[in-house]
Amino acid sequence: MTSTEEVESISEKSERLLNISMGPQHPSTHGVFRMKAVLDGETVVKLTPVFGYLHRNHEKLAERTSYLGNMPYTDRLDYFCSLTNNWAYALSVERLAGIEVPERAEYLRVITAELTRLQNHLAFLGFLLNDMGVWATVLIYGFREREKILDLFESLTGARMMCNYMRFGGCRCDVPDGWVEEAKRITDELPGVLDELEQLLTDNEIVVARTQGVGTVPGRKAINAGLTGPVLRASGVNYDVRKVDSYGVYDRFDFSVPLGSVGDCYDRFMLRLLEMRQSLNILKAALNELPSGPIINPKAKNRNLRPPAGEAYGRIESPKGELGFYLVSDKSGTPYRYRVRPPSLVNLTLLEDMCVGQKVADVVVILGSIDIILGEVDR
Amino acid sequence: MWLVIIQLKIGIILTFFSLLFAVASLAERKILARIQNRRGPNRVGPCGLFQPIADGIKMLIKEDVVPRKADRALHFLAPIVMVAPMVLLFGILPYGGGLTLVDLEVGLLFFFAVSSVSELAVFMAGWSSANKYSVFGAMRAIAQMVSYEVPLVLVAITPVMVAGSLSLVHMVEDQAGYAIGVIPNWFVLTPWGIVGFLLLFVTSLAEANRTPFDLPEGESELVAGHLTEYSGFKYALFFMGEYFGIFAGSGLAVALFLGGGGAPLPLLQWIPPYLWFFVKLVVLVGIVIWVRASLPRMRIDQLMDLCWKGLVPLAFVNLIAAAIWHYSGGGWQGWILAGGLLVGAYLMLNRVVLRSRCSWERKYYLAKS
Amino acid sequence: MERMASHYRKSGGRWLGSGILRGMGVTLKNWIGSYFDPSRLVTVCYPGERLPLPENSRSFPFLIYDGDDPEAGLRCVACRICEKECPPECIHIENERDENGKPRKRPAVFDIDISVCMSCQICVEVCPFDAIEMDQIYAISTNARFEPLRLHKEQLLKPNEYFRELSPTRSAAADARREAERAKQAKKKEAGKKG
Repeated sequence: MTSTEEVESISEKSERLLNISMGPQHPSTHGVFRMKAVLDGETVVKLTPVFGYLHRNHEKLAERTSYLGNMPYTDRLDYFCSLTNNWAYALSVERLAGIEVPERAEYLRVITAELTRLQNHLAFLGFLLNDMGVWATVLIYGFREREKILDLFESLTGARMMCNYMRFGGCRCDVPDGWVEEAKRITDELPGVLDELEQLLTDNEIVVARTQGVGTVPGRKAINAGLTGPVLRASGVNYDVRKVDSYGVYDRFDFSVPLGSVGDCYDRFMLRLLEMRQSLNILKAALNELPSGPIINPKAKNRNLRPPAGEAYGRIESPKGELGFYLVSDKSGTPYRYRVRPPSLVNLTLLEDMCVGQKVADVVVILGSIDIILGEVDR
Repeated sequence: MWLVIIQLKIGIILTFFSLLFAVASLAERKILARIQNRRGPNRVGPCGLFQPIADGIKMLIKEDVVPRKADRALHFLAPIVMVAPMVLLFGILPYGGGLTLVDLEVGLLFFFAVSSVSELAVFMAGWSSANKYSVFGAMRAIAQMVSYEVPLVLVAITPVMVAGSLSLVHMVEDQAGYAIGVIPNWFVLTPWGIVGFLLLFVTSLAEANRTPFDLPEGESELVAGHLTEYSGFKYALFFMGEYFGIFAGSGLAVALFLGGGGAPLPLLQWIPPYLWFFVKLVVLVGIVIWVRASLPRMRIDQLMDLCWKGLVPLAFVNLIAAAIWHYSGGGWQGWILAGGLLVGAYLMLNRVVLRSRCSWERKYYLAKS
Repeated sequence: MERMASHYRKSGGRWLGSGILRGMGVTLKNWIGSYFDPSRLVTVCYPGERLPLPENSRSFPFLIYDGDDPEAGLRCVACRICEKECPPECIHIENERDENGKPRKRPAVFDIDISVCMSCQICVEVCPFDAIEMDQIYAISTNARFEPLRLHKEQLLKPNEYFRELSPTRSAAADARREAERAKQAKKKEAGKKG
């Protein structure tokens, strides 16, 4: 994305430029991501992201596996948020096959998705601060709370990260005894933890200096690049699939979408904190209103599902942005075409624009503030 | 006889600091763990007390990897150059109670001269490793340490001015006694002393490459900076040098501002001064570890800004404040004049830094639809 | 257009260093608190101390048999649905054959390669006979890559009592299902006899 003049000036200066390769083995590339950076002193002149080190043939695998058999593979896309991945995939298959979802299942989906958002954002704060160099303290505070949510997931779905919970037409199993009470307890505890984190971080002069004005993305540019999720909203664009599509039962909950104004790392960081508060509102309402009834549409077929020929696109607001699954059916037992719209990958496309002109230490902070998971970027 | 006593003293001091290094490396891990809601090492010995021994053995038997393109001689020498001058620094610290090894007339000068050799070691390490990250880290280290020498020296001059001597022992003697019978006459309990102590603490953190100034190592961006290509015992030596640097820096702060071996209350004077010295030193080391667990790393330009636009002017103002204090003869006039000057300087700094660096005020809309 | 309901203002510290001090206060609270408040010391010393697993927790599949004799009480009828549905194809089943080479409704070979298994429990969901269930074993690393991680029928077979202990809820449901099925079969048989 550098213009020709810039390229010329780069070659002129190339005598004193330094090429460094950050990654794929690097402490803060969040997995096996690589950035080929050209540095002029400490300043980044050019930065080329290289990804694909974690490519696992996800889309082709799905085209060879049954509709149900692909559900556990979606867990492994964004392995921090398997439940939202499940939901997005289930949503698109339900659209493709025209399956209704009972009310209780919709509520359970909202509850698990918001818990997923909470634990993702908690971990995000920790990783971002780790990239800034605070020695794992915030990470472990975040993980301390995330652990409680993962325990909830484990007692509900059987696994902490690879939940494989949603099914076409509902959810796999009902909540065990005492689960809702436990979830309520954790929901009530979390605001105190968020207060503690805010006290620790939001006013900290070093955090402010390291994030404000770093990696700024204007709203228009963010729209043009197709950014979604907190990264887009930090630039002040009011776009949240939960509001735009109001899939599931999100229209029944009273929550607002926090919007930033500048679009720098600080806004992205603050948005996550504010979003967690909103998620807690949704959670509180959903847990109180959880209706009784079946958790899966009894008419829905999961095994040997052969949806009518056609195509469907289902999208949800995953913690990282708009996660979409595009499916084409040819009436066989496997999708004819299966395509994932991963928010991490699309949000990553502006990385060079954000980084050029910043210092090399900012690169890792910017990368951290986008919140990528390489499982989803490379698929 | 004289030689025997000297050697005995050297023995005690070296043993103490080597032990303190072992304990501090354990304490750092334990305290970090506690701050992070963890337990820390607790497998080796009771409560993990023998962990440093296990670490030492591990470091000794690890493979010593030298990159093929490395400058082998420099690569070998760098850790030694790192540790040796730090050990020399322990010789001039005024422990008091007859444990002081040498009372150099130019103690402070000696301290700065010798401690700046560690910059050379860091650069040797980075350059000889033939690794881009190492060179990067070394460059940062040089820029950082050379810059922070300036406020460090400026701050250290203030007690020199007041005490009228470069000898650390003399400076401690100057802080002996108690005002009104209870409050010790430490320099830290004067307006310029508080500021000076804080400045000295911050600059010696930067000199020792500790968080939030650990840019040369900068784990998240530079892998391990100048230490990237070091392993095994050479790495342990760097680690030791860094710790000795912290001890020496804390020792200097204790001597210059915290009254050396003086007891905080007249009642407690029966405890030997060198014990007081070590207690104060250990408390300072604890604070250093606490800071490490709490703060993110700064960026190189902010680091330079902080030094040249923040610490250096403040150190100069502090110098003037100390002079005012000295000539107004202490007392309430001194507090008003010197204190007012320093508060004014801080307010100016506050304005300049807060206004220029970042907008700071942020507004977030909570959109309902 | 957009209805902005409210906003959140972040005005930040007014004094340089106050934010840092407040942050250090939080860490100090955690440091001191870890000695008094157990909720601030959350880790467990793993190999010695282990947290109980929730009932639904799952790791790898195993086969259930009724009664005491694994061969006689085997629930699996080698219908091979799980083999077909397993997404990573880690189940391998071979039917027992009689002297004429006709397949019997029993598995001769039932292997699960747990180095491939991704613990998705789809085999459990699709099994019509409640013959396969998810175990909770963990820390089962071996020092070879292939054979020790390939579990054979003998290793996979576990009695129903084990499952009852593992998961009272799920095993009770499975037992009820099997009982109902058996009653239905008996009724059918009776009806068939009458007819």
